[in-house]
Amino acid sequence: MNIKAQKRPVMLTLILVMFVTLWLIVAIFPFLWTFWGSFKVEADFFSKIDWKYSIFGIRTLAETGYNFTGNGYEGAWIEQEFWRSVINTLIVVVSVVVISLTLGTLGGYALARSGYRYAFWLLMLALIFRAMPHITLVSGYLLPFFQWNLWGHLPTTIIVMVAINQPFTLWMLHSFFLNIPKEMDESAMVDGCTRFQAFWHVIIPVMWPGVITTGLFSFLLAYNDFAVTGMLLSQENQTMVPKIASFLGSTTVKGNIMFAVAAVVSATMPLFILVVFFQRQIVSGLTAGAVKG
Amino acid sequence: MKHRTFMWFILPSLAAMILFIALPIFSVFTQSFFVSHGQVLIETENCGPFGCKKEVTVDVDATKQLNMENPLGKFNGFKTYTNRNHLAFQEVGIAWNSSASIFSFLKSLLNLPFYKALLFTITYTFCVTPFVIVIGLFIALGVNSLPTILKGPTIFMSLLPMIVTPLIGALILYWMIDAEGIIGATLQKVFDDSSLSLKASPSLTWIMLMVYGVWHAAPFSFIVFYAGLQTVPEDTLEAAMIDGANRWQRIWYIVVPYMMPLVVFITLIQLMDNFRVFEPIVGFSAQANATSLSWIIYNDLRGQDVQLFGSASTTSMLTILGVGFLLIPILVRTWRDFNTKTV
Repeated sequence: MNIKAQKRPVMLTLILVMFVTLWLIVAIFPFLWTFWGSFKVEADFFSKIDWKYSIFGIRTLAETGYNFTGNGYEGAWIEQEFWRSVINTLIVVVSVVVISLTLGTLGGYALARSGYRYAFWLLMLALIFRAMPHITLVSGYLLPFFQWNLWGHLPTTIIVMVAINQPFTLWMLHSFFLNIPKEMDESAMVDGCTRFQAFWHVIIPVMWPGVITTGLFSFLLAYNDFAVTGMLLSQENQTMVPKIASFLGSTTVKGNIMFAVAAVVSATMPLFILVVFFQRQIVSGLTAGAVKG
Repeated sequence: MKHRTFMWFILPSLAAMILFIALPIFSVFTQSFFVSHGQVLIETENCGPFGCKKEVTVDVDATKQLNMENPLGKFNGFKTYTNRNHLAFQEVGIAWNSSASIFSFLKSLLNLPFYKALLFTITYTFCVTPFVIVIGLFIALGVNSLPTILKGPTIFMSLLPMIVTPLIGALILYWMIDAEGIIGATLQKVFDDSSLSLKASPSLTWIMLMVYGVWHAAPFSFIVFYAGLQTVPEDTLEAAMIDGANRWQRIWYIVVPYMMPLVVFITLIQLMDNFRVFEPIVGFSAQANATSLSWIIYNDLRGQDVQLFGSASTTSMLTILGVGFLLIPILVRTWRDFNTKTV
């Protein structure tokens, strides 16, 4: 990288660095602020008079006797039973990731290895399906699901989310499979493997990085979804995001808005940890479609 | 790969997509031609000492029976498409005839829910997308000039706005710009106007939603551009320098053309994602001033007393048509590339 063509004048570097610093503040500050504020009382988090109140927790000290309070978390997790939604989210997300990857690797492999024209058309179809706003599909599901008594259950939502994630999963895995040389499965088949054995014993072991990356994105899609989970799940089966949305409707009572703040922080934590551990995979996944395709 | 093997490999995935994406589109199409049954009313006459009174009551059993027999509702043809809540042909006609200028016509168009949502969706899509590309590119250029040791943490922090759940991200910002939150209160102090509220004015609400959109999507374009910058051919850059090209010429004639496919890719993804803008409107409770196509479908489906399936489906069909228009240029382009490749 240290070639002369890459050298910049000092002024330009300075401006760019300042821009990046500004961006970092914009990107990270809302999270820090909300995290810090979630341990305060409402009067401090929404302190109109002086923003320093929320930093030092003046009213929190006056109301509870300490500078920090876990009231918001206690209210959300115990009183409003947020833990139930956490378990539901766990079930939904794990199932969606596992099923999506199983279907997606099979399909993506076929699309990457078939040289026929219909494989191209299937990919185009998947692209069109990828562009459908999810809520338009939900309006197609609701009436039949009500009629057949499928509405409100976790398995229904899981299958729907798997299907909605398929176009994206297929595209991403397809582009990862294209990077694995054809000769590998061909030589396995010359040695007497069937197509499926070649896929299972030869290709999948070298595909793990691609599978993990795609799994991460399936996870994010399922975890972050609101349109599908918000409409298709009954009250007791709600996952975290619709649960938080329902807090907003019912928390006009003073103090209860802090339940929502605490729940928001709780729901963001797993994502934070995910980025810490899988930053490289996320970056490679975002660029897989772009740089190679 | 043999056709047969291909079919077995793709079958589960294809079946899932046909059952839960293609069929629902068909279901939306069918539902859009029906409206729910009205309630069955019965008229009874109550006669008392002071004369007879006619009373209208709802026949609950008959209504239930009707819904059981025909869950789709009654056939309505294209009437839902043309009514006031959707394309509103009649209202648009009246507005067209009675408005003196194009502006007053547009203004009366904005009183119609569908056009209001359409206008916001389109404005959002075409304002956020370019900003995301430009800001992402500058962040990428900036991060690229940082010392190696700082790059990792910077990328980590930059990823957060994109990775966070859209509804949660919107809420976090919403609480800060609330009149009593840190940004809202500070702005009131700076402008010395205690009635200043970002939520109250339509134009400020629109700007707020778009700022959220850029905040949320900029990391995506940053990462793509950053990865692209790592692979810019150094030999070509050096050759251009030897030939006497200055910095801007090198960027304009080598880096920019090299990054063009990435711009196309980001534009494609961003157009698709921004057109379905929905969660921020829920998160910011902005429905009074800004609604999107997705949001009005959601609102019909949640319906306060009755769920309006027919109305939601009609809006969905129109939205799908909109997505089709967005995708046409891309499909034509891919089709051309594909043909030139195989020939």
